[in-house]
Amino acid sequence: MAVHRRRVLKGLAASGAAIATMRAPYVQAQAPFKLGLLTVKTGPLAQGGIQMEQGILTFLKEKNNTLAGRKIEFISADSGGNPAGARTKAQELIERDKVNVILGPLAAFELLAITNYVRDNATPLISLAAAEDVTQRAANPFVIRPSATSAQCCHVMGDYATKELKFRRAALISEDFAFGYEQMAGFQRVFEDNGGRVVKKLWPPLVTPDYTPYVAQIGKVDCVFNGFAGSNPVRFMRTYADLGLQGKIPLLAGWTAMDDALLRSLGDEAVGVISAAYYSADLDTPSNKRLVADMQRDYKVLPGGYSAGMYIAGQCVEAAIQKLDGKADDRKALAEALRQVSLTDTPRGPIQFDKYGNVIGDVFIRRCERKGKQLVNTVIKTYPKVSQFWTYNEADFLKNPVYARDYPPAKYLE
Amino acid sequence: MSSETVSGWRRSAAIAVALVLLGTLPLWVGNTYYINIASQILLFAVFALALNVLVGYAGLVSLGHAGLFAIAGYTAALLLQMGYGHLAANSAAVVVTLAASAIFAVLALRSTGIGFLMITLALGQIVWGIAYRWASLTGGDNGINVTTRPAPFGLSLASAPSFYFACLVVFLLALGSMILFVRSPFGASLRGTRDQARRMTALGYDVWLIRFAAIIFSGFWTGISGLLFIYYNQFISPQVAALTASAEVLLMVISGGTATLLGPIAGAVIVVVMKNVVSAYIERWNLVLGVIFIVIITFMPEGLIPGTVRLWRWSWSTLNSRWNGTPEKPAQEDASKEPMPKVPT
Repeated sequence: MAVHRRRVLKGLAASGAAIATMRAPYVQAQAPFKLGLLTVKTGPLAQGGIQMEQGILTFLKEKNNTLAGRKIEFISADSGGNPAGARTKAQELIERDKVNVILGPLAAFELLAITNYVRDNATPLISLAAAEDVTQRAANPFVIRPSATSAQCCHVMGDYATKELKFRRAALISEDFAFGYEQMAGFQRVFEDNGGRVVKKLWPPLVTPDYTPYVAQIGKVDCVFNGFAGSNPVRFMRTYADLGLQGKIPLLAGWTAMDDALLRSLGDEAVGVISAAYYSADLDTPSNKRLVADMQRDYKVLPGGYSAGMYIAGQCVEAAIQKLDGKADDRKALAEALRQVSLTDTPRGPIQFDKYGNVIGDVFIRRCERKGKQLVNTVIKTYPKVSQFWTYNEADFLKNPVYARDYPPAKYLE
Repeated sequence: MSSETVSGWRRSAAIAVALVLLGTLPLWVGNTYYINIASQILLFAVFALALNVLVGYAGLVSLGHAGLFAIAGYTAALLLQMGYGHLAANSAAVVVTLAASAIFAVLALRSTGIGFLMITLALGQIVWGIAYRWASLTGGDNGINVTTRPAPFGLSLASAPSFYFACLVVFLLALGSMILFVRSPFGASLRGTRDQARRMTALGYDVWLIRFAAIIFSGFWTGISGLLFIYYNQFISPQVAALTASAEVLLMVISGGTATLLGPIAGAVIVVVMKNVVSAYIERWNLVLGVIFIVIITFMPEGLIPGTVRLWRWSWSTLNSRWNGTPEKPAQEDASKEPMPKVPT
């Protein structure tokens, strides 16, 4: 494996004498650029958190631990998947390790717990957490998000479901937490603005032992859109197929519900599911080819949105260091440079950032198919340069409340 | 007698050294990060001391204390968000927490033992449920940000050392009140209700009222630690009220030693250090924490602090009898095998 803190420490211990004899200014001139990863390696969210770490390690390995001529010191911290833990670990990275930039955290509630803190401490942060307001009503000059807001891909799905698939009645199902609400709200808004009707919204708790009672409530609809995350989609899709709905009512999915990293845990129940995601392992870009090959070689897994997101975060850091040309230690300048980053070759295609720090990039509609023994998400349509505001007017969008369980209100529930 | 005075002298010296070390901590720790860890230890020590009033001295095991902790935090955070000042928000938070403790007490004191545990568990989960599901009020799992720390008497608590000193003052006040409580007739009667509830009733004590007062006392310090917590993190979300949070503080109390003053503090040190410092070096820190707890329970079932005292005395007396060759060992061992001291050393 690559640079874990323990190894860094061992190295430090070994070269302790050498460091002690160096003069301080000399050390500073030679100091590596510190990249802190705030992720989750224990608890229920660990799977996604470990994929994040694999993504950034793959990128650093490919670059031989050197970005734009700067040696990189990588420090990984485990928040345990809760806000207080994220806060303490952010303090560890910023105050003790004095990192130049933080990648992470994973969960929305972790990000919300530390956004003010990173702003007060002027440390740039590149997160995958989807909480809408972090790049909208509570935008933070030190935060950028190269993945997507919760609803960014779901707007696209709502559009595709009405315009291409001609669905008119939909049931929505997702976990009972903010990420679920924001996804479902985004889908519902576009779906209903295009003439569709959301007739059912189901919210099983985060930990649901059996989805049967929820699947049984779905009723007569043209499609079901699900926004499950973690390992829940696997169990949900199995129940959906077991109860005979697969093939009868088409199943649509958000990015976490059909992430490429999940495919190896899925079987025939996933075939035919149509999903909207900001990344697909199927994409044909040079950097994505490298990412997929390296991840297969080192970890024997297919990269999903978490790994690709962190790989892209690494690319953004590299571009920013390059642009600042040796002045990358100025954290404020780094934060500004990160917002200006515009890349043509990333694993998800070309990206740039809006003035709120959120990505503008392609969103892919994929259909899950069986190719030989393996499942793949084949891209069937690409929506280029999708913004977090979809096609809505930015100012009007921001005047509305943030997407929630009851916003926008569902007028057609049965 | 002379050994009494020697140990008394030793104790005052130890307390003086501890106070000096705590009072100068930001100077010798240096790095802000470790000062913040120390603040966390102190605020969780206050929380653990508060729970210990019930678990240790009243024999009432509560699994709902994170609920009270969260009620204080949420009340203050919501009022601050509405634009009230720190003093108003904090006073209201304390009042609301005391009221909530009274409700908890009235409901939970209908039984003791497992019944009490289950009712407090349910009450704690209700608080969690409200925090999580009443999103229009609490922000759901997006939580509430607390934008500023207060500045009591014009002293800003924004920096890590100043916040540490605030925690230290609160911690010492909490500890002082615990010492008074343990030595007071009220403390004695509470221990009486724990050990011999029926006899206490027969003696004319109102057992229910004593326990009620203990819950209010515990709730007060729980609320205070909840306030420190939100000012420390400047953020609150439903995880604070979760069952795991209640269990964690209960573990601090049990591992350190119930019904002692130092036990909950030691427990807070272990858990906070494992969670925040050791986790940076050992990925499977949960496992290490589990092993530590198992070792404590196996070798020191009474908890870390009383257990260490017992082992220390035992090894001391063994050595003594070896050197002196006097057969006083059995007598000493008997003495050390007595039930752990209710009032700590």
